[in-house]
Amino acid sequence: MDATFLLLLACGLALFGYVLGRQRAAAFTARAPSWRAVHSRPGFHGSFVALAVAIPALLLLGIWAAVGRPGPSAVGAAIVLLAGLAGGALALRRLEPSFRARTWVERATMLVLLAASVLAIVTTVGIVLSLIVESIRFFERVPVTEFLFGTRWSPQTAIRADQVGSSGAFGAVPLFWGTIFIGAIIAMAVAVPLGLLSAIYLSQYASGIARRILKPVLEVLAGVPTVVYGYFAALTVAPAVRQLGLSLGIEDASAESALAAGLVMGIMIIPFVSSMADDAINAVPQAMRDGSLAMGATSSETVRLVIIPAALPGIVGGILLAVSRAIGETMIVVMAAGLAANLTLNPFKSVTTVTAQIVQLLTGDQEFDSAKTLSAFALGLVLFLITLVLNIWALRIVKRYREAYE
Amino acid sequence: MSIDTLARVAQNQRSVDARPLMTARDVHVWYGPKHALKGVSLDITRENVTAFIGPSGCGKSTFLRCFNRMNDTVAGARVEGRIELDGQDIHAPEMDVVQLRARVGMVFQKPNPFPKSIYENVAYGPRIHGLAASQGELDHIVEHSLQRAGLWDEVKDRLQDSGTALSGGQQQRLCIARAIAVDPEVVLMDEPCSALDPIATAKVEELIEELRGRYAIVIVTHNMQQAARVSQKTAFFHLGEMVEYGDTSQIFTNPREARTRDYITGRYG
Amino acid sequence: MTAVAAASRQPTDWGHPRLAQRLRRRHRSERLFRAIGLSALVVAVGFLALLLGTMLKDGVSGFVQTQARIDTTLDPATLELSADRSPEALASANYLAVYLRDVRESLGQDGVRIASINGWTELRRRVLEDPGLVGQRLTLWVPVRSEVDQYAKGRIDVGADPTLAPIRPEQVRAYARLEAEGRIRKAFNRTFLSAADSTSPESAGIRGAFVGSLLTILVTLALAFPVGVLAAIYLEEFAPKNRWTDLIEVSINNLAAVPSIIFGLLGLAVFLNTMGLPRSAPLVGGMTLALMTLPVIVIAARAAIKAVPPSIREAALGIGASRLQTVFQHVAPLALPGILTGTIIGVARALGETAPLLMVGMRAFIVDAPRGFTDPATVLPVQIFLWSDDVNRGFVEKTSAAILVLLAFLLAINAVAVYLRNRYERKW
Ligand SMILES: Nc1ncnc2c1ncn2[C@@H]1O[C@H](COP(=O)(O)OP(=O)(O)OP(=O)(O)O)[C@@H](O)[C@H]1O
Ligand SMILES: [Mg+2]
Repeated sequence: MDATFLLLLACGLALFGYVLGRQRAAAFTARAPSWRAVHSRPGFHGSFVALAVAIPALLLLGIWAAVGRPGPSAVGAAIVLLAGLAGGALALRRLEPSFRARTWVERATMLVLLAASVLAIVTTVGIVLSLIVESIRFFERVPVTEFLFGTRWSPQTAIRADQVGSSGAFGAVPLFWGTIFIGAIIAMAVAVPLGLLSAIYLSQYASGIARRILKPVLEVLAGVPTVVYGYFAALTVAPAVRQLGLSLGIEDASAESALAAGLVMGIMIIPFVSSMADDAINAVPQAMRDGSLAMGATSSETVRLVIIPAALPGIVGGILLAVSRAIGETMIVVMAAGLAANLTLNPFKSVTTVTAQIVQLLTGDQEFDSAKTLSAFALGLVLFLITLVLNIWALRIVKRYREAYE
Repeated sequence: MSIDTLARVAQNQRSVDARPLMTARDVHVWYGPKHALKGVSLDITRENVTAFIGPSGCGKSTFLRCFNRMNDTVAGARVEGRIELDGQDIHAPEMDVVQLRARVGMVFQKPNPFPKSIYENVAYGPRIHGLAASQGELDHIVEHSLQRAGLWDEVKDRLQDSGTALSGGQQQRLCIARAIAVDPEVVLMDEPCSALDPIATAKVEELIEELRGRYAIVIVTHNMQQAARVSQKTAFFHLGEMVEYGDTSQIFTNPREARTRDYITGRYG
Repeated sequence: MTAVAAASRQPTDWGHPRLAQRLRRRHRSERLFRAIGLSALVVAVGFLALLLGTMLKDGVSGFVQTQARIDTTLDPATLELSADRSPEALASANYLAVYLRDVRESLGQDGVRIASINGWTELRRRVLEDPGLVGQRLTLWVPVRSEVDQYAKGRIDVGADPTLAPIRPEQVRAYARLEAEGRIRKAFNRTFLSAADSTSPESAGIRGAFVGSLLTILVTLALAFPVGVLAAIYLEEFAPKNRWTDLIEVSINNLAAVPSIIFGLLGLAVFLNTMGLPRSAPLVGGMTLALMTLPVIVIAARAAIKAVPPSIREAALGIGASRLQTVFQHVAPLALPGILTGTIIGVARALGETAPLLMVGMRAFIVDAPRGFTDPATVLPVQIFLWSDDVNRGFVEKTSAAILVLLAFLLAINAVAVYLRNRYERKW
C-alpha cells in the first residue's frame, strides 16, 4: 500500500471524525437549557475528534516512514488505521456538554505552532550534525592539520593503488585563498565602492522620479539568478578579461580567472551593499543632515564628514553580510573561476574556491564513503562556520547601530 | 503675564533701532500645493533679538528657514519673494548658498550635535570653510566659541568626548557654539529651549542676551515669557500670515490686533 | 571676557580671494563627488543592461528554428504497420524509414545532411494526432540540423579554411540550393517550448525542466508556507521571552544567511543518504529548497504580523475571542498580503536556485517531462547550467533563450509581489 494513499486515508478518516463529533455536539447543544451549559462550540468538539484520529495515525505513519522502507506493508497500514480509529472512538465517547473541547484543541494548536518554530532549530542542528558527522569521518582519513594548513589540493584518489597520485592531497589552503581572493577581495573591491556610491547618489542627489525608477532596477539586479551571472561571466566577461590580461603582457592569463569571477560576483553583490548602505544612511537622523547643511556644508561634505561616519557601523555590518554572501556564492565560481587549486596573487590566473570544489566533488557518480566525497562536507563545515561567525558579528553590529538611533 | 516680566519688557525697550541687516519682502512659501507662508515682509535689525510667536503650524519655522535657504533642502518646497542680506538678494544666482549659510547660522529645536567629539563639533564649520590658518588658530576659535556659548568651563577637560554624551542643555549650547564658530552675522534659533529644563533654558537665554551685541538673532518660541524676556522685536504669525510686528513691549502690553491679544492672553493657540 | 574675545577676531571677510578660491574648490569637489556617484549608478545599471542585452542578442534566435520542407508519403508498408491502428501500434511504427526515404527524395542525396535526424518525431506526432494520415501524402516542415541552423542564422563564419568550420562545404552548398528552391524557412521554434532535453540542440527544449521547476516549487511551497506562517505566528504572538525563543530567533536569522549550497549538503546527507529518498526527485529538491525558503517566509510573515496594530487584537479579545481565535480570525487575515509578498519573493529566489539542487542530483538527463514528485527531473536553472557546459555550439542560443524564459518568469512573479504590495499595503 502506498504511503501517500495511506496519508490521504488517515486525513479522510480525520475529516469523518470531525463531522461525527460536530454532529453529536450540535445535538446536545440544541438540547441544552442555555448556551452557557455547553463549554465549547460544536466545531471544537469536531476538531477534537479529528485530532484524536489524526495524531496517532500520523505519528505511526511517520515512524513507519522513518524506519521501514520501502513503503508500509498491509499489516502496517492496518495498524495505522486502527490506531486512528481507536483514537477517534475514545474521543467521541468523551464528548459531553461540560467537556472542554476548545481548551484541548487550542492546546494542540499551540503545540503545532511551537513545533513549526522549533523546525528552525532542527534545521540548524541538522546542518551542524550532518556536516560534523561526515567531517569526522573525513578527518579519520585525513589529519585536520593537513586539511587546514596543507597547500596542495588534489582530491583524485585513484581506483588502483599503483596509479600516480593515488593518495590524493587534501590541503585546503589554496581553496581558502581562492575563496577569499574572489569573494572578499575582488568582489568587494567592485561592490563596496559601487554599491555605496550608488546608495549615496540615490539617497542624496537623485530626484524622486529617478529614485522610484532606479531602486527597482537595482532590485532586479539582485533578483537575477546566480546561474545567469555565472553564464554571463563565463561567456562574456572571462574572454574579455583574458584578452585584457594578454594585452597587459600577462602570458598565462587563463580562460577562467579569479578576476572574471570576482568582477561578476561584485556586480551581483552591488544591490545588496547598496540596500544595506541605504538603510544605514536613512537611519541617520535628518537632524544631522540639516545641522551640517545649516553650517554651510555642501552635500558631499555632509555625506563624507557627517553621514558616512555616523552610518559607518551599519555600513560595516552590511559589508560583512555581503562578504558572507560572496564567499558562499557557488554558481559564478563554478562556471567562471575554474577548478585549478592555485595559490596565486595573479588575478588573471584560475583559482578555485570552497564552493566550486564542493560542487565538483559531489556531482558525478562516486561512492559516498571515499575521502574525496567526505572532504566536501569538511569544506562545507568550514564554510558554514565562517559564514555563521560573519553573520552573527554583522547582525550584532547592525543591531547595536539601530538601537543607537532609536 | 506677571509684573516681573512686564518690568523686564520695559527694560529691554531701551535698545536702539539699527538699520536692517536682513529684509524680507512679500515672501511666500508653498510645500507642494500647500501655501504655508502668505506674503510676509519683515526687517531684521542688527543688535536686536527678534522673536517669532504664534500657534503651532502657523509658519514660523517655515519663515525662519527662508533666511538661510534651508527650504531648498525640502523636496517640493517653493519660495517666492525677495530676501536680502546686507543689501544682497539671497536668491540671486551670484549668492552662494554655502556662504549664505555660513553668514546666517541656525540652531535647531532639538539639539543635534554630530556624533563626533566636542572639539570636532565646534571645529566643523571653521574647518569646512577654511577659516583657520593653523591648528593653533582652530584651537583658539573652538575655545572662544565654547566660551561664548558658556560651555567652556564645563567641557574644557573633555574636549575629545563625544558631543552626544553631553546633557540636553549642554548639547544645545554646544550647537550654539558650533553655529557661532564661523562668526555668522545672523543666528536663527528655532525653539532652542523647547527640549530643555528650566535651568538649561535660563542659561541659553542668558547666552542670547550676551550674544546680542554681535549677532542679529531671530528666535522662534512658544513661550510668551521667553519672548518677552529675550527679545526687543516680536512678530506674531497666524495661519501663514504675519498678523502684527512691533516692539516686544508694545506687542505684549498693547497689541493692535484682536488676534494677537487673544493669543497672548491665551484665548487660543 | 566676552568683549575681549569678540574684539580679538575680525569679522570674516567673505570676499577675500583666499576664501573665494576655496569656495570654488569646494563646489568643484561637490560636482566631482556627484558625478562619481552618478557614474557608479550608471555602471551598475549599465551592467544590467549589458547582461540583458547579451542574453537577448544570443537568445532571441533560440526561439527561431530553421526548417526544411519535405513531401512525405506515409505508406503502411514502410511504416511496418499492419491493419492494427491502435495508439500503441501507431506509436511504434517505423517512421524513421519513411522519414529518411522522403528526406532523400525531397531534399536530394545530400539532403540528409541538412534535415535533423530527429525530424521523424514530427511524423509520429502528426500521425498520433490524426491516424487518418496513414497512407496519405503530406507536406511537412522539419527542423534542420543544428550546424545548418546556426549557419542559416549567420552564427557560423566559414572562414578561410572551410575544413575547420563546424559545417561542411557540401552542407553549405546543399543549403544554398534548397534555399533557392524555397524549401527553407525560419519559423517560431515550438520544439523549444514543447520538448524536453536532448543531445541535439535542434530537438532540445525546456518543457522538461520547466515542469521539474514547477513540481519542485510546489513541494517547497506546500512545506515552507504553512510551517513558516505558523512559526511566525507563534514567535510574534505567543512565544514567551526566554532563552529558547532567543535561540529560535538566532537560528532563523542565521539560516536566512547560510549559503544555499550548505542546504544542498544537508539535503544530500539527510534526505538522500539517511532517509533514502529518491535522488534527482522534485520531492527532495523541493524539501531542500523549503528549508532554505523557510527563514525568508518566517521573517517576512513576522514583519507583516507585527505591522497589524494592537488595537485590532484588543478589539477582538475585548469581545471575548480567545487568543488563538484573535490571531487566526483577525490578525492573520490582515497580515496575509504582507505574508504573501514575502512568500512570493522567497519562492522567486528558490526558483532561481541551482547549487543546492545540483547537490541532490537534480541534473537528470530526461527526454520527457517528469510525471510525478518522485520521477528523476531537472529544473530550469540547472538545465541552463548543463547546457552552458555543452560543447555543442548550438546550445549557446538555447542557454540564452532558456535564461530569457527564466528571467521573464521571475519578473512576472516579482511583478505579482509588487502588485500585491501596492494593492493591499495598508498604513495604520
Ligand atoms: N516639509 C513640509 N512638507 C509639507 N508641509 C510642511 C512641511 N513643513 C511644514 N509644512 C506645513 O507648513 C505649515 C507651517 O509649518 P511650520 O513648520 O512653519 O509651522 P510652525 O509655526 O513652525 O509650527 P510649530 O510651532 O509647531 O513648529 C504647517 O501647516 C505644516 O504642516
Ligand atoms: Mg516650528
